[in-house]
Amino acid sequence: MKSAAESLLLPVLALLGGLALFGVFVWFDGHSPVQAWTLLFRGAFGDAFSLQNTLQRAAPLMLTALCVALPARAGLTVIGGEGALVVGGLACAALPYAFTPPAGSAGTAVLLAAAAAAGAAWIALAGWLRQWRGVNETISSLLLGYIAVSLFKHIVEGPLRDPASLNKPSTLPLAEPLRIGMIGPWDVHWGLAFGVVACVAAALWLSATTHGFATRVVGGNLRAALGVGLPAHRLIVTACALGGAAAGLAGGIEVAAVHTAANASLIVGLGYTGILVSFVARHHPLAILPVAILFGGFLAAGSLLQRRMGLPDASVQVLMGFSFVIILASEAWRGRLGELFVLRRPAQGATP
Amino acid sequence: MNDSAIVDVLLAVLGGAIRVGTPFLFVSLGECLTEKAGRINLGLEGVLVFSAMAGFGGAYLSGLWWVGALLAAASGALVALLHGLVSSLPRVNDIAAGIAIMLFGAGLAFYLGKPLIQPQAPQIPSLPLGLWLGAAPGSPAQAALAVNVLFPLGVALAFALTWALAHTGWGLKLRMVGDSADAARALGTSVAGVRIAATTLGGFIAGLGGASLSLYYPGSWNEGLSSGQGLIAVALVIFARWHPVRCLWAALLFGGAGALGPALQSIGVGGYTYLFNAVPYVLTLAILVWTCSPRRSLQGAPMELGVTR
Repeated sequence: MKSAAESLLLPVLALLGGLALFGVFVWFDGHSPVQAWTLLFRGAFGDAFSLQNTLQRAAPLMLTALCVALPARAGLTVIGGEGALVVGGLACAALPYAFTPPAGSAGTAVLLAAAAAAGAAWIALAGWLRQWRGVNETISSLLLGYIAVSLFKHIVEGPLRDPASLNKPSTLPLAEPLRIGMIGPWDVHWGLAFGVVACVAAALWLSATTHGFATRVVGGNLRAALGVGLPAHRLIVTACALGGAAAGLAGGIEVAAVHTAANASLIVGLGYTGILVSFVARHHPLAILPVAILFGGFLAAGSLLQRRMGLPDASVQVLMGFSFVIILASEAWRGRLGELFVLRRPAQGATP
Repeated sequence: MNDSAIVDVLLAVLGGAIRVGTPFLFVSLGECLTEKAGRINLGLEGVLVFSAMAGFGGAYLSGLWWVGALLAAASGALVALLHGLVSSLPRVNDIAAGIAIMLFGAGLAFYLGKPLIQPQAPQIPSLPLGLWLGAAPGSPAQAALAVNVLFPLGVALAFALTWALAHTGWGLKLRMVGDSADAARALGTSVAGVRIAATTLGGFIAGLGGASLSLYYPGSWNEGLSSGQGLIAVALVIFARWHPVRCLWAALLFGGAGALGPALQSIGVGGYTYLFNAVPYVLTLAILVWTCSPRRSLQGAPMELGVTR
């Protein structure tokens, strides 16, 4: 079987497997699996309203998935996107305290640049610790994520708290002209455009530039990369910084387009869902686009499952957990998927 | 702050080190066993959350704390078994499998644990260590030094594991699989089999840590119960250089760090709650930076372990 077709078919089959297991799970819990599946797709793509909701949620997922995908292409398993998102959102909301940004889109650009820079620094730190001290980047990036959340809560509920935010501690809301608006007549904000452009740009960087190619060489075979004299340290830390910038941007966009201020609504696990999106997309930036839309859809459908079937709000998390395990397990069938479609198994020596 | 306040804080930190450190102890012993066999299980974070939920549910439904503790251990073993099986498949990386299990365990626990957020369950009883040491009944010392009955079990386990790894055939086999899979294969040992067994047993032990969370301290079930403690325990094993008894000291150190915030708060140093909560994470990171080095592999590290490279 052609490997390109397999790369498409394998994740699709795995996701169907995840959905099937989820159906079995809700069936054990005394609910109708068919209703759950129907609601998942109606809540995600059923009508214009849910589709817009889906795209709205897909935008940050595209960016947090890049935070996993780009370091992964340089050979690192970074899973701290949640932390980068949180510091990005905080930087975006905190900048107006320091100086008054120019009104309009120039000011928004300054805020988003600050968000991206904060995220980039956060993840670059994890990459740098690995190159400098050999600290495992998976653990350090996740720890940095927890530290980011604690810092965020301390600053939002302490020094930068808006005295008017009583029940839900928040920073001062961004001035109206600094916020990100909707795309034309649709109920989808411009963050979606940022997500799409970032994924396309990342794909171009990896496939069409020398720098991106060098990064992939470092990720594919570090020894070969060092042998031909590539600056592996710099390439790895740069890939981490780019990924962190994407996740930081996601935080900034969420603040500027959705929440208008930094508060606890920002910390809903978008960084963790991004990990799954990137793994399903096999760390390929263009594949992230459809996968992010699919999982954005599942997140959007979560409230429908809650309302119509009385399922707990964590049901989408269960679906994601099943999908993640099966996606990984499906790798075991890579190169052997063709065997399922021929009646007679090929001789033992024929499979590579 | 006068002298008696300082003594109170010190006592609270000591008692807290045991109270907060007990889950760290069990999870790090479980992780130590898993890593000795050559695999890293980041999924212990998911194991911890899921077993805390299962333990609370078991104690709540049966009315008996030890049923809850056993159920926590058994369900921890089941979740860890899944990690062991998935990472034994070809081309599946154990770190990636750990991330998957982390999300899987948390998702399942949040779903099944929804009805458990409100109720009260019978708690794990405590040993009056303070009274035995001669503290007056009702004094702060007596309250601070009431110890989870699972803690002595964990201490015994740390010494037992050290002995078993060094002196039993089973321990030798496990370490051989962790140090050289090729040598183990040459001797006819099933590498995947030993690793799955070690991961499952590690999950069983970590499950007792989950029970300590939901049935002793903080003693209730909610979704933010663990927030990375399983992960800290993974880093703690690196700090302890894969030695179970050193895991015990490291767990107490981290327990003390985690207890510092509440202890200071209790005497009125407030306003920095979130920053104190971040102390264990910062400490973990600092210790990793301190102990790791890019030039040499870590002393005592199982050779097959991916995490140390």
